[in-house]
Amino acid sequence: MAVTKLVVDPITRIEGHLRIEVQAENGKINNAWASATQFRGLELVLKGRDPRDAWAFAQRICGVCTVVHAVASLRSVENALDIKIPAQAHLIRNLMLGMQYIHDHVVHFYHLHALDWVDVVSALKADAVAAEKIAKGMSDWPNNNAVRFKAVQDRVAGFVQSGQLGIFTNGYWGHPAYKLPPEVNLIAVSHYLEALDWQRDVVALHAVFGGKNPHPNFIVGGMASPINLEARATINADKLTDVNALIKRAQEFVEKVYWPDLVAIAGFYKDWAAIGGGTGNYLCYGDLPKTPNGDDFYFPKGVVMNKDLSKLVPFDQAGVTEQIHSSWYEYSGGNDSALHPWDGETKASYTGPKAPYEYLQDEKKYSFMKSPRYNGKPMEVGPLARMLVGYAAGQKDIKAIVDTTLKALNVGPEALFSTLGRTAARGMESLLYAKLMREWYDDLVTRVKGGDTTTHNGEKWDPSTWPKEAKGFGYLEAPRGALGHWVNIKDGKIENYQAVVPSTWNCSPRDKDGVMGPYEAALVDNHPLADPERPIEILRTIHSFDPCLACGVHVLDATGREITQVKVQ
Amino acid sequence: MYNPTQLPWRKDESLVEYLEQTGVPRRDFLKFCAEMAVMLGLASAMTPKIAKALASIKRPPVVWLSLQECTGCVESILRSSTPSIGDLLLDTISLDFQENLMAAAGFAAEKALKDSMEANKGKYILVVTGSIPRNEGGIYTTIAGRTAEDHLKEAAAGAAAIVAVGACAHWGNVQAAKPNPTGAVGVRDIITDKPVVNIAGCPPIADVITATLVHVLTFGKIPELDREGRPKFAYGAKIHDQCPRRANYDAGQFVEKFDDEAARNGYCLYHVGCKGPETFSPCPIFMWNNKESWPIGAGHPCIGCTEPHFWDTMTPFYNRLPNTAGIPVERTADIVGGVMTAAAVGGIALHAAATTASRMGKKQLPVHPQHGGSGQGGNSPTSN
Repeated sequence: MAVTKLVVDPITRIEGHLRIEVQAENGKINNAWASATQFRGLELVLKGRDPRDAWAFAQRICGVCTVVHAVASLRSVENALDIKIPAQAHLIRNLMLGMQYIHDHVVHFYHLHALDWVDVVSALKADAVAAEKIAKGMSDWPNNNAVRFKAVQDRVAGFVQSGQLGIFTNGYWGHPAYKLPPEVNLIAVSHYLEALDWQRDVVALHAVFGGKNPHPNFIVGGMASPINLEARATINADKLTDVNALIKRAQEFVEKVYWPDLVAIAGFYKDWAAIGGGTGNYLCYGDLPKTPNGDDFYFPKGVVMNKDLSKLVPFDQAGVTEQIHSSWYEYSGGNDSALHPWDGETKASYTGPKAPYEYLQDEKKYSFMKSPRYNGKPMEVGPLARMLVGYAAGQKDIKAIVDTTLKALNVGPEALFSTLGRTAARGMESLLYAKLMREWYDDLVTRVKGGDTTTHNGEKWDPSTWPKEAKGFGYLEAPRGALGHWVNIKDGKIENYQAVVPSTWNCSPRDKDGVMGPYEAALVDNHPLADPERPIEILRTIHSFDPCLACGVHVLDATGREITQVKVQ
Repeated sequence: MYNPTQLPWRKDESLVEYLEQTGVPRRDFLKFCAEMAVMLGLASAMTPKIAKALASIKRPPVVWLSLQECTGCVESILRSSTPSIGDLLLDTISLDFQENLMAAAGFAAEKALKDSMEANKGKYILVVTGSIPRNEGGIYTTIAGRTAEDHLKEAAAGAAAIVAVGACAHWGNVQAAKPNPTGAVGVRDIITDKPVVNIAGCPPIADVITATLVHVLTFGKIPELDREGRPKFAYGAKIHDQCPRRANYDAGQFVEKFDDEAARNGYCLYHVGCKGPETFSPCPIFMWNNKESWPIGAGHPCIGCTEPHFWDTMTPFYNRLPNTAGIPVERTADIVGGVMTAAAVGGIALHAAATTASRMGKKQLPVHPQHGGSGQGGNSPTSN
């Protein structure tokens, strides 16, 4: 069989602009290139700005992870200026981060990833009564009933019969890679619609403390929202009641809908537990400090190398560097150097083909992503990395949930290093977050009761109190993985700012040694591609990373000549 | 919860068109309607009525381009409550291309876009999020090998109306902040031959986005706009003039430091940098996230995100606005907006289309929008 090369651009149901090109032979992918085809230059925009404003600029790096860039930025500035935040601000930030994770994972599962596994059209053939029986065995969620399922089915049928499929147009419906029975597809479609309303509602927690979502407001030194039980325009009993209800709603949906769906659907796709593992190196910066300004984390920091869970390698931010061997940038010290972010440079230098172009993969440089490396090695970051590092560190709660999941699916730990493992890890940590959010909320209320209402530390608010020069590192575990912001401050202004984001780690192109990044490595790891015209398998693995970027598909042979004319029905 | 007995689409137009596209001639359709009347035991006079009812099945097509942006605006519209995003997608519009939500990818996605633009030429609504980078030939955002500018021009050419959602599509936003490394601009800097509605904000409030879409769909024309292209129903007044803390401003009750006693009483944030006095936005009225709160409601000063170039003109965010006290409260959106933009767009309606629709005795999406905009009381769109 001929070697085929396939381009997928745009890769949809992600944030941003990502392009995947692969080479396949005999139904298996054997080479891959991941390219980010967008550059915005926010690091350059941040130069010369007031460090207290940086969170707002940096937050606009992503409107999906809308809380995390802001908090990473705050932490970098607070780290540089040695600003300690009050306990209540710490708890509020944790609550906001917790809701960001849960919201993000549920939206990813239902609205960005589910259509890779769930055949919407098949749901039309389901028996609503049988679906109820199956769903009742999954959880006691009140909407798991035949009346609701039938109503959803009728609605989808009417939609399909209208001939206007809207967002479902040209999906790979009926592809043999879809394995769910019609009833399970119907349950998933019903929950897809429920999750749309759910996600809108629960995220209101960000509005309570930050005024809005997306892009809630923050402030260096704590939070801007004061606590005063006796005032109308502050965090008072009315607002706390809302927060309590939103946490409850988030927790219930994760426990009764998302988690049961994940386990049920995964049960039909166990073959994906042996596909798409990739680099085998996993990095977690550590996050959710147990105490304000501390570094004892609910999600421990560390590195797992070569899938070896028996040994946890320590993490030190000094080991992070970025290369540009395959990226459209220039380094003043030569393009094969590796720079730590404090010495980082962002000088775009596009050398690819002029648009419109057909292919990038023959170029030496093929992406606007840099190649981050830890101690010189590529790292996968994200929920799976957090679970594996936590597991290797022996963190009790993480170990328990990982073991329970493996047992429920009747698979061994090796199943984690896969496309399926990545998707399952997202559900595992959502359960953990839901539990933690309850604890943080209770802690917040107990402290208010005890008279602690301080939310901001303004001691070093005035730039005259700052050193002439300072540099800081703001780490965070975003829903998609390890996120670091590095800031250099000079004379009260930002002198240099570098963000190394989760998708830069995961979407990293080849480094100077020719070593692939995680997306690329995952796509060549025992990876099937049954029908190049409908590359659903590529979407499964790429979506399992929950990319924050955008992409395209063309089919050509190894020399670049098209050998398969792609036609879409 | 929706009512499953309700038809899940708008009764506007064109099952006939749809059938014709799929190879069913109009005369066959009418024949079918006559047979239906017979089957139902109705007088033949009912045939046209049946035909009319059946012919009304079509949801207005919407094509959504995501260009150079952070997806915050898409996230925002996902928070819409009236209509909810589910109702919007299933009942109100046909969202034929939208990268973040659509099932298809790669070629199949490109085809969905092309098919909708061809089948609905002159009739679809184009929604744009994201700016358009122009440096280096636009190479800083390419999709399927083509530049953002290329995609925008093609999609705009066949659009009945263009809705630029968010600060990036409006004027370039954070990418366009100094030194604007990629040469990012907004939609109106490129599309100069038809009106563009700018739903301002970083991001805009979900309900403002959906209300604007509903306005266009229901009334067959775009809402009245200010000089910035912002719908007046939402952006017609300054935050300062609608702010629940305005009384504190007038009484001289100011927060001087975050978390001070004044902050804990919910006083005015002007002294810690609030940009409300310079910002036209419906935040205090529409509020955010099921009306849970809004930035000033959560104790943070307004950063002015509905105003053009706010990353440069409103920063440092925590410094007090210069000269604010001198701005008369009655200053209007048009005057302030005029500082940034040379030409007026206000009040452009899709006049010809609306006229056609009214002649046909039904509401309808505009078919051929006015080029150059000499419609009802409108002036030429900006061409800078």
